[in-house]
Amino acid sequence: MKAAILGKKLGMTSVLTEDGRAIPVTVVEAGPCPVVMVRDNEKDGYKAVQLGFEAIEERKVNKPLMGQFKKAGVEPQRYLKEFRELSKDVKVGDTLTVEEFVKGDKVRITGTGKGRGFQGVIKRHHFGGVGMQTHGQSDRQRHPGSIGSSSYPSRVFKGLRMAGRMGGKQITVRNIEVVEIIPDRNLILLKGSLPGAPNTLLEIIKQ
Amino acid sequence: MNTMNLVEQMNIERAINARKEKDGENFAEIPNFKPGDTINVAVRVVEGEKERIQNFKGIVIGRKGSGINETFLIRKISNGVGVERIFPIFSPMIQSITLIRVGRARRAKLYYLRGMSEKKIRQKTSL
Repeated sequence: MKAAILGKKLGMTSVLTEDGRAIPVTVVEAGPCPVVMVRDNEKDGYKAVQLGFEAIEERKVNKPLMGQFKKAGVEPQRYLKEFRELSKDVKVGDTLTVEEFVKGDKVRITGTGKGRGFQGVIKRHHFGGVGMQTHGQSDRQRHPGSIGSSSYPSRVFKGLRMAGRMGGKQITVRNIEVVEIIPDRNLILLKGSLPGAPNTLLEIIKQ
Repeated sequence: MNTMNLVEQMNIERAINARKEKDGENFAEIPNFKPGDTINVAVRVVEGEKERIQNFKGIVIGRKGSGINETFLIRKISNGVGVERIFPIFSPMIQSITLIRVGRARRAKLYYLRGMSEKKIRQKTSL
């Protein structure tokens, strides 16, 4: 049973269980997601469903996209994503909500992680830093050390891990448990932390 | 952020309702207490199938966190050994909290009580 929905990360809090345990949860506002397009084997060569999320004003959408929304008969949406091979049979104009999921489901979350900016090798690649603080060493405790040998090969190998931009990339986390569904607010509570800052777009997929 | 507050409020209410359901008529509101106060915490202890109440009486060292994540640290001297426990303030495992003695404290965290004798602590926290 494969189900999918788009959501927006809101933040984290806890849920206290009856036996006194505190479960850390991330609150995600998910759906309602209208089906904007259905791809099928005959016409497109693959099966998929295009979902929209977060209705916006018409003036914020360009004309080609607006045409697509008009054709589907749905409100203009901020985000559009395709999901392959959903098990539920949907038509254009249908709406998917958090009720696709139930408490206890294991889901897979994909989103863009927080950007960390330009970071050194210790934070970015978990290097140990240059060993000693004494014996004449100064100013290089967090440096990468040697990046290659001398006359052979006389160059630095491609792909060598160095300092640079970190984060801001797509991250997928699997086996996230659904702790609770609040359908009248379109909310889904997921156990543990999820990628990205608040307001990040998240894909929630149940395999 | 508004929705977040709402979710938190909902969970707090649920935790309180869990206590109401367990205790029925015996349900007691959590009183307002602050560092320096002496309180008694009635804790549910689950032993196999059975559940009983255990009392933990001591002086509040501090409160920490906010909303549903708020906890308090409480300290007592048991058989000459200092014992400290941290409880989430909304934990359904707490049956009741009773305020025994209101104390005076000039700071928020009373970690400095740890090395003191009971007499000194009493002097330090008396009104």
